[in-house]
Amino acid sequence: MITEISFYSLSFLAIVSSILMIFHKNAMYSVLFLLICFFSVAGLYVMLNAQFLGIVHIIVYAGAIMVLFLYVIMFLNMSSPITIRKSKLIMLAAICTGLMFLFVLFAALWSVPFGHAPQQVDQNIGLAKTLGKVLFNEYLIPFEVTSVLFLSGMIGVVIFNKKETENE
Amino acid sequence: MTILVFKILLVLVLFLISLGVAAYSTYSERKVAAFIQDRLGPNRAGPFGILQPIADGIKMIMKEEIIPLTSNKILFVAGPAITMITALMTSAVIPWGPSVTIDGMKVPLQVADINIGILYVMGVVSLGVYGIMIGGWASNNKYALLGAVRASTQMISYELAMGMSIIAIIMTTGSLSIGDMVTGQHGTWGMGWNIFVQPLGFLIFLICAFAECNRTPFDLPESETELVGGYHTEYSSMKLGFYLFAEYVNMFISSAIITCLYFGGYHFPFMDKVSAIMGEVPFAILCVMVFFLKILFFIFFFMWVRWTIPRFRFDQLMNLGWKVLLPLSVLNMLATGTIIVLNS
Repeated sequence: MITEISFYSLSFLAIVSSILMIFHKNAMYSVLFLLICFFSVAGLYVMLNAQFLGIVHIIVYAGAIMVLFLYVIMFLNMSSPITIRKSKLIMLAAICTGLMFLFVLFAALWSVPFGHAPQQVDQNIGLAKTLGKVLFNEYLIPFEVTSVLFLSGMIGVVIFNKKETENE
Repeated sequence: MTILVFKILLVLVLFLISLGVAAYSTYSERKVAAFIQDRLGPNRAGPFGILQPIADGIKMIMKEEIIPLTSNKILFVAGPAITMITALMTSAVIPWGPSVTIDGMKVPLQVADINIGILYVMGVVSLGVYGIMIGGWASNNKYALLGAVRASTQMISYELAMGMSIIAIIMTTGSLSIGDMVTGQHGTWGMGWNIFVQPLGFLIFLICAFAECNRTPFDLPESETELVGGYHTEYSSMKLGFYLFAEYVNMFISSAIITCLYFGGYHFPFMDKVSAIMGEVPFAILCVMVFFLKILFFIFFFMWVRWTIPRFRFDQLMNLGWKVLLPLSVLNMLATGTIIVLNS
């Protein structure tokens, strides 16, 4: 009973806040609604007994990335509800991307077998210990490749910034 | 059922203790400052001025509440509330004492012994910046905005080094649960504290804790010589009180975390012999008292530093965070890993 109530309220919160995030004119509020959405998704993770994933979700997205978003909005003063001038080409590209994403979502939904009882999975599957073992035994090479990708991204940012200051 | 009642009681007691310790920290801060600067400090309200925090609290509540016309009303109120909530949230995962037996079950003196306790602490710490940022932005004031931007920059920068020093601790303990970290420091005589294993990590963590609490020498978000009052320039009445009060709650909680991670939590020398003599409940109370003694020492240390070291410049702060503490913490992590591999 309690799990059902919390599942439905968290899902409702996640959906409503993400819709509000898209439709709100003020960028500041959009960020805050996205934040609420992240929290409800993290709550859903915790309900699935994936505490590690839930808390890392909060640390990375709510704690780091959204703070940077907020930071940029504050600095650029983007909070006033202005309509940004968009060229036709950009709008077309945006519509295409949106439709493609919708297609992916529908394809994913299509493959889900509805009407079956949910499968019983290992209760410990979301714990840090299980996750670490899987990550470092089975998926070691993809994991390392991802970290190299991140590192190259960071170095790239530093190099771009350096060039800019030298030119000025 | 009894356990549930016990936990709810524990939450209430923790809430009151956090606020009580924070309230009396304001008093003792002024007394410590007075002692260091050879003054008397507050001595009018009650004997030795010990009713001063209550007088201050009443004053804060009675003051006129001003919400600036051009501010964002909802977020202006939400700012101090978020700051206070995040400050009080961390205490849920701190083990305050050894386990006691209730209904034939061992129950730790801890609200939630989740197996990722330390990550929970990091998560809440990283959320702490929102209250300041939202409040500073909603004030619609240049000084407040500058203070908020400074706060976010500072907290994000120091979180990294803090996380790295925590990783070294996780490597030595082999667990993410704070309860396990504390019991792991029992050692032979109750002196297997992590400070002896991780002195460099402790130093980094301590400096980062100062920065995360916005305490001097890192109180740049509210440096009054440059920014009037920083992020809380526009605040008045109890909303200002919440911001100031949250700083003291944060100080209390970070002292508790430092004690848990590096100074053995509630462990003290020869605790096994003491526990053999005493009953379970008196022993638990003794342990909690030892824990609070250590916390009080660190709160005193926070104050000591505040009245000794002047404020940093902002570029010095950034240089210290990114060019000194972060490389040092990575080095500490690598050294810890190497030693663990060589020993195994």
